[in-house]
Amino acid sequence: MASVFSPPGFDFSNTLRNNFFAEKGVPLPKATSTGTTIVGCLFADGIVLGADTRATEGPIVADKNCEKIHYITDNIRCCGAGTAADTEFTTALISSNMELHSLSTGRKPRVVTAMTMLKQMLFRYQGHIGAALVLGGVDATGPHLFTIHPHGSTDKLPYVTMGSGSLAAMAVFESSWKPNMSREDALELVKTAIKAGIFNDLGSGSNVDACVITASHTEMLRNIEMPNERVQKERQYGFRRGTTAWKSEEIRSLVVSEEVTMLGAGDEMDTT
Amino acid sequence: MDHFPLNWGRPRNDAIDSYATFPIQQRPTHVPKDVFAAGIQHTQQPIVTGTSVLAIKFKDGVMMAADNLASYGSLARFRDIQRLVPVGEHTVLGAGGDMSDFQYIQGILDDLMIDEFAAGDGNTLGPAEVHNYLSELMYARRSKMNPLWNSLLVGGFKDGKRFLAYVDLLGTTYSASTLATGYGAHIAQPLLRSAVEGKEDTLTEDEARKIIEQSMTVLFYRDARSLDKYQIATVTAKGVHISDSRKLETSWSFAEGIRGYGAQTQ
Repeated sequence: MASVFSPPGFDFSNTLRNNFFAEKGVPLPKATSTGTTIVGCLFADGIVLGADTRATEGPIVADKNCEKIHYITDNIRCCGAGTAADTEFTTALISSNMELHSLSTGRKPRVVTAMTMLKQMLFRYQGHIGAALVLGGVDATGPHLFTIHPHGSTDKLPYVTMGSGSLAAMAVFESSWKPNMSREDALELVKTAIKAGIFNDLGSGSNVDACVITASHTEMLRNIEMPNERVQKERQYGFRRGTTAWKSEEIRSLVVSEEVTMLGAGDEMDTT
Repeated sequence: MDHFPLNWGRPRNDAIDSYATFPIQQRPTHVPKDVFAAGIQHTQQPIVTGTSVLAIKFKDGVMMAADNLASYGSLARFRDIQRLVPVGEHTVLGAGGDMSDFQYIQGILDDLMIDEFAAGDGNTLGPAEVHNYLSELMYARRSKMNPLWNSLLVGGFKDGKRFLAYVDLLGTTYSASTLATGYGAHIAQPLLRSAVEGKEDTLTEDEARKIIEQSMTVLFYRDARSLDKYQIATVTAKGVHISDSRKLETSWSFAEGIRGYGAQTQ
């Protein structure tokens, strides 16, 4: 009889059965870095984060305009690639814990705090939480940009990309990134990188989201570029007269002669 | 008794299947095998490999690039291999994948060009013919479950027309104004497409070279099986020209101020 009580954490009771299947030649389906292009880049005044907006369910587009740049704190944002539920719940949990931590310490939250919370949690779950994150923000110690992989490793770099479109986006970064760019240049670079992912990777698509974080404020640019707008539906598919050419025209009146005979004259309704 | 007429008169082994109970496709056939059958090997994996090849069409012809590395797994074994070869006067062939299969293909193409020359009818094999021949060769080998483990780019210029096409170990063929094999397809194609698509007829040779150099640089940064020594082949009305090996200019100082991978500050 199944127990009503479900303990916290993952349930590994199927591992014996799964191992048996794997030996018989039916391996577990691989969880891959699912369709996404997310990028982060350091510029003169802070960080620019970018993401596409397509959520896929295998080969099907589940959400054409989802939001992949998650809120951690006012000055820290996190882009998420991988299993959508994992990224959303993980970032929401850490965002909540960051708020509590900030109230407890009485200080503005720092990016390394969020990074440490995320990596410790992901390592604890040994990669079973499929969240690949690009974490960026500006705090009292300056701007920081990190990537966090599902198994818990982190990298600290001036420009990063994650997701299935990461190679296309990284090609753009590697050819055009320079240190100390202006805000316009950095934003343009991020948009170009995300568009490279959108147009060259099947797992990424739809629109470009961006987020510019500086020491003074954070600007969330939702759908800053929409290179895949649907054309307006015509709803009217008539053809103009003359679309089909004709060779001869014959008009015959089907009414040969017409005679009107008034019946029951004199007792029409009085409408005065 | 054997119930299937198709088995009467054929070699049979009553010890294994005396009443012909197996369906015809699965029946154990006992065709006398070649004594050396155990030694016949089908290619299972490439051993000495070359990485990506890039190619683009520009105003006057076609430009192709490949590095000079043949890797032995993760070892950078042969660092001065030429992976771009001319085929006649109108075509250049670039290969990634198994280098021994590429050398075999070069031998076959040499024989082909010699036969064509010996026919002496004034025709020469152009890039379209070479590509078609290779696609049929590759597909035939794939159908015998013994592929030539390569991804090939065929580029050329003949009779005023540019040609650029791809053929691989499965026999897949594809033609576009920008092509890349291996990691180049993921990393360099976005750059090549945004720089070339729509501008094939106005791109000059210098601009094309710049785009190729930039893509080769990015590939050297991000492909762990690449080398910074490479060659560029240009095919125009003047013929095939394969440059000498050049070295890439790379910059590795982008993260000098960073310490550690996380919270470390020292």
